[in-house]
Amino acid sequence: MHAHAAPIALPAVRFASVVRHFGAVRAVDGVDLSIAPGEFFAMLGPSGSGKTTCLRLIAGFEQPDAGHIEIFGETVEGLPPYRRAVNTVFQDYALFPHLSVGDNVAYGLRVRGIGRADRDRMAREALAMVKLSGMETRRPAQLSGGQRQRVALARALVVRPKVLLLDEPLGALDLKLREEMQSELKGLQRALGLTFVFVTHDQSEALSMADRVAVFNEGRIVQVGPPEEVYERPATRFVARFVGSANVLEAREAQALGGPARPSSLRPEKIALLAPGAPVPEGAALVEARVTDVSYQGPVRRVSVLTGEGLALTAAIPATAAGAMVGATVRLAVPRDAVRSMEGEQ
Amino acid sequence: MTRAPLSLKIAAIGGLAFLHIPLLFILLYCFTTEEKSYAFPPPGFTLKWFGVVWGRADIWAAVGLSLKVASIATVLALILGTLAAGALARARFFGREPISLLFVLPIALPGIVTGIALRQAFGLMEIPFSVWTIVLGHATFCIVVVYNNAVARLRRLSPSLIEASMDLGADAFQTFRLVVLPNIGTALLAGGMLAFALSFDEVIVTTFTAGQQSTLPIWMLSELIRPRQRPVTNVVAVLVILVTFLPILAAYYLTRHGEAVAGAGK
Repeated sequence: MHAHAAPIALPAVRFASVVRHFGAVRAVDGVDLSIAPGEFFAMLGPSGSGKTTCLRLIAGFEQPDAGHIEIFGETVEGLPPYRRAVNTVFQDYALFPHLSVGDNVAYGLRVRGIGRADRDRMAREALAMVKLSGMETRRPAQLSGGQRQRVALARALVVRPKVLLLDEPLGALDLKLREEMQSELKGLQRALGLTFVFVTHDQSEALSMADRVAVFNEGRIVQVGPPEEVYERPATRFVARFVGSANVLEAREAQALGGPARPSSLRPEKIALLAPGAPVPEGAALVEARVTDVSYQGPVRRVSVLTGEGLALTAAIPATAAGAMVGATVRLAVPRDAVRSMEGEQ
Repeated sequence: MTRAPLSLKIAAIGGLAFLHIPLLFILLYCFTTEEKSYAFPPPGFTLKWFGVVWGRADIWAAVGLSLKVASIATVLALILGTLAAGALARARFFGREPISLLFVLPIALPGIVTGIALRQAFGLMEIPFSVWTIVLGHATFCIVVVYNNAVARLRRLSPSLIEASMDLGADAFQTFRLVVLPNIGTALLAGGMLAFALSFDEVIVTTFTAGQQSTLPIWMLSELIRPRQRPVTNVVAVLVILVTFLPILAAYYLTRHGEAVAGAGK
């Protein structure tokens, strides 16, 4: 549908010190952001963190109170949504209930003045792209949640946006469908070479789909980077806890484990449970602690422990490993290089 | 399902009979041969009153005026009521609640208050009585009916539908025509029909704003005082029942299934 976008230096979306407040609430509080053309960009954060407002600022449903927004180099402050080359897949899909599926998809073409025959053909092609051929005459009310989402996707893509915005695109789907749609969205994005910006509160969704993730908290971006970096090297306590529930260590605690004398993060799955009498691996610190809680999570067990010094840690160990019972004392190995300084903390 | 007790059934039937039997009497006396009083049973039956109605110019003038006033007032109410509903359904601004209340007030106020107020206002501004003063009087309550219908439907419409339309490239006018109007259409139709019916049989406000002209209800009122040709009024009353009842029936059937249309996007 789309030829590959010419390699231009301009970012697809650029925010410079963007502020948006609602009354006294600073929903977006000085956000700087640069999204590359063709990038699959995730805005991750808890509800109320400003990620959805940022998406609406790109779409044009909100206007910034301060700062500057560009889409492919064009200043868009003051431009209404219908003059922007971006389209949105809404969280509730927002399909028009009075129109058939085909007319829903053709809506954007209709308001652009494209004739009935052409727009019907393009709508058919778009529906084929999302594997909904033959559904043209149905009503949105007759479709399942997953099908409605595909219609919303086709409706947004048929008008060939430069940037596609997705607001919690998988939030309303069940787990199986969600995993299916994840890989399908990723495939579509790759095939079309389009810039996708999506908002989610689900860290696993952001990590599995995005090329880069921006983590939002209280109206600001606290960290932005590729999923591996955000996951492996969280910059702040908030990111460490929100993305994958890492252990947060104070400087003193990090140092005691052989890490830097700075606030640090420690991923639960890096901690190994040692069999009784087994030697401590090279480059790892030994921690002896009492198990306070065990929770079975399928592939892993999350084991909470408390050391004699009062340090609480959570370790994720393979579910097949034996020996972690509540009240038992266990020996844990913490690799030194797994204790990582959080650069955003003092 | 339990069955209603007999006493409740009798009460329900009694209530319905009380409401509707008088209407049957109106129909019955269309055909009576006695023209000075309503004797029961009627001494004889005739169809001549229909002919008399057909031949009387004053009736046709009143019917024409009533239709004209009701049509203009309804169109005015549809435009202004929809605009007001659009402004007040979602937007949050200072003074929104008082303005909504002021909008609905004319239908809560006794017609006689509205009538006197308008008459004095017209007098102060030296506006002569005409079709337009009647229309203005009727528009005060017709707008409310349309507004109430439209605002209820607009509030059920998902706001993301309007955003989706704008997002896909439609400006405000296209969005209204292609998304908002189809979704509130049946509500507007119902509101418009109700407004028409209300205007068509309005007496009190009209009395104060009409000057020398007679709308149909005013004509009927004046006719009741006359001693002769009483069944003529009955014939006209039956016509009024038809003209007002049919639109209301249609409005009821049109909006009965409206919920499915507006709620389907949720």
